Amino acid sequence: MAAMAKAFHFPMSATVAVNRGNGFWSLAWQRFRDDRVGVVSLVIVAAFFVVVFLSALGVIASGWNEEVAIPDAPPDLWGLLKPAPPMAMESAAQRAAQRMGKEPSLEPLLPSAVMDPLAETLARLRGESDVLPESRVVDPLAETLRTLGAGDELLTTTIEKRMSLPFGGDRWGRDVLTKTIKGSQTSIIVGLTAALLATFLGTLLGALAGYYGHRTDDALNWFYSVFNAIPYLLLILAVAAVLQQRGVVTVILILGLTGWTGVFRLVRAEYIKHRGREYVRAAHAFGVPNRRILFFHILPNVSHVVLVNVSILAVGFIKAEVILSFLGFGVAVDEVSWGSMLNDAHRELILGRWWELLAAGGAMALLVTAFSLLTDAMRDALDPKIRVAS
Amino acid sequence: MTAYIARRLLQMIPTMLGVVLLLFVLFNWVGGDPAYILAGKNTSDAQIANIRHQLGVDRPAYVQIGIFLKQIVTADFGASWSTNEPVSDILKTRLGPSMTVMLPMMVLGVLLAIALSLIVARFHRSLTDRAVMVACTVGMSVSILVYIIVFQYVFAYRLGWFPVQGWSDSLWTNLTTYAALPILIGLCVGLAPDLRLFRSFVLDEIDQDYVRTARAKGLSETRILWVHVLRNAAIPIVTFVMAALPGLLVGAFLIERFFSIPGIGREVLLAVERSDFPVIKAITVYVALATMLANLAADLIYKAVDPRVELK
Repeated sequence: MAAMAKAFHFPMSATVAVNRGNGFWSLAWQRFRDDRVGVVSLVIVAAFFVVVFLSALGVIASGWNEEVAIPDAPPDLWGLLKPAPPMAMESAAQRAAQRMGKEPSLEPLLPSAVMDPLAETLARLRGESDVLPESRVVDPLAETLRTLGAGDELLTTTIEKRMSLPFGGDRWGRDVLTKTIKGSQTSIIVGLTAALLATFLGTLLGALAGYYGHRTDDALNWFYSVFNAIPYLLLILAVAAVLQQRGVVTVILILGLTGWTGVFRLVRAEYIKHRGREYVRAAHAFGVPNRRILFFHILPNVSHVVLVNVSILAVGFIKAEVILSFLGFGVAVDEVSWGSMLNDAHRELILGRWWELLAAGGAMALLVTAFSLLTDAMRDALDPKIRVAS
Repeated sequence: MTAYIARRLLQMIPTMLGVVLLLFVLFNWVGGDPAYILAGKNTSDAQIANIRHQLGVDRPAYVQIGIFLKQIVTADFGASWSTNEPVSDILKTRLGPSMTVMLPMMVLGVLLAIALSLIVARFHRSLTDRAVMVACTVGMSVSILVYIIVFQYVFAYRLGWFPVQGWSDSLWTNLTTYAALPILIGLCVGLAPDLRLFRSFVLDEIDQDYVRTARAKGLSETRILWVHVLRNAAIPIVTFVMAALPGLLVGAFLIERFFSIPGIGREVLLAVERSDFPVIKAITVYVALATMLANLAADLIYKAVDPRVELK
């Protein structure tokens, strides 16, 4: 133990001599750099953020809603994979549908796929109408059908659709890869923004409760216990039931306003610990106003707790957003997130189309794994005590 | 002890009132006028006024909160807005199916995680340990939705080992056929986080002095782990399990939804979709109450498992 403490103490004093001022953060960075898993996860998370940034700017994936390929275009991985011929796909889908005991009701509703179930009867009636002109049947839909048919020809002649895509297409023929990128944008932005909102609320309330104590603490603790008494998912669903509007902002509000309790508890405990420390009492004696002590003196000293928590919350909120959007309580119908993709993918999988599930589920698993490992590495790097103990 | 329990129960009252107030604000103000939601789209002012009177929302707020409190105490929340079934009946009939799935899932899951964490603890700081931990992190990162979708597709649609969905009136049939796959999925989803947590509990104990003493006595490693370490690691495990108990009431929303199990979780989702406020309010209030009681029970059991703990 003593040897460890010594080993730990020595480089610290050495670095402080070189790097005055931000000793804690530069030390933490040094510890972080030694953690190979942490560095790899940081690179992966950073790559996701770059993609999200470019996609938010509209540089990439702006055309996710375009039907660039045939419906359910199989994946070819840029030619590496030989896509199965469409006919075989169709029969596999039918087999799966029969297994379910249901009609293959998920036929895409593209103009080119519109079939008239009455066509045969209509033709027969028309044929008969030649024989019996006085009992001629007037079809009210004839005009519409003709225009639909015309539109069909127009579409098939003017738009060229690809037979396969690198990661496949969904049932409207949209590119799954582009969709996944756009979905990442929604899910990650929602997760991060909600995490920042929740952390802001939790830190503010926790700081006030921990620093002032007494009545303020009692009141805020009561508020905390109320939110904590309701299981988290149930609370989210109750708020979702009340907020009728669907969309990115609503999800951020739902998650941010309900998820602050964990940060509150931690920050409050930290402030209770710090309020009796000498530097705080000294500042107080100098006549520094409470507001300044709270946010300029103590906050930097607990910022590592806050930072790790933003990361933990972001992972949790990304998962929660996916579930909310899957259930239809999340993003609006004209938006795409990993959750709404999984909803599409669920229906497609039954017909044997697995690629959208793989893309959305895989992208999410990769980001969440990297983010979790990054959080662990950050916590280890920021908390020297854990390092010495283990 | 009695004084402690009494004090804790008294402390619950302000929290419970807070929950009631929170729900009241949410459902009466944030959500807009409930009368409009109940009335639907085409209504006259007279109809709205009528509904407002029936619901009591035309009365002052404190009277309405009084009505809400009375509903909670008498367990009479009136009828569901969408099915007209009494809310108390809904709660009673949906509890059974939720428990049928959740209880075995919970018991098996905890036992499995305890056993595996003790086994993994033997390989502490080895490559096996690291590999298991990485596998757990990856396993936790895959969305629960993906687990359910893939398991349902592979084991029910493709292989046909289990029914795709359904429910019967017989407990035995439910347990052996309909609940089997949901329980299996729940075990797989819950194992990774539980194992990680329980492993950390076990590792907290493994460097303690009493373990070294036991080793010095020449006890077998198996006995040390499964008797000495387990008894001490049981304290945080019990606390964790107690904290997770109220979750049983709500069930697993997603699993119940996918497998059409008529439980509380599915009922909550349906109620949210249909803006069926009385059902959501009733379920939230009772689950909050159960959560607080479970926390108290956790502290009492904590004391029972570890006599050193002082109840303050």
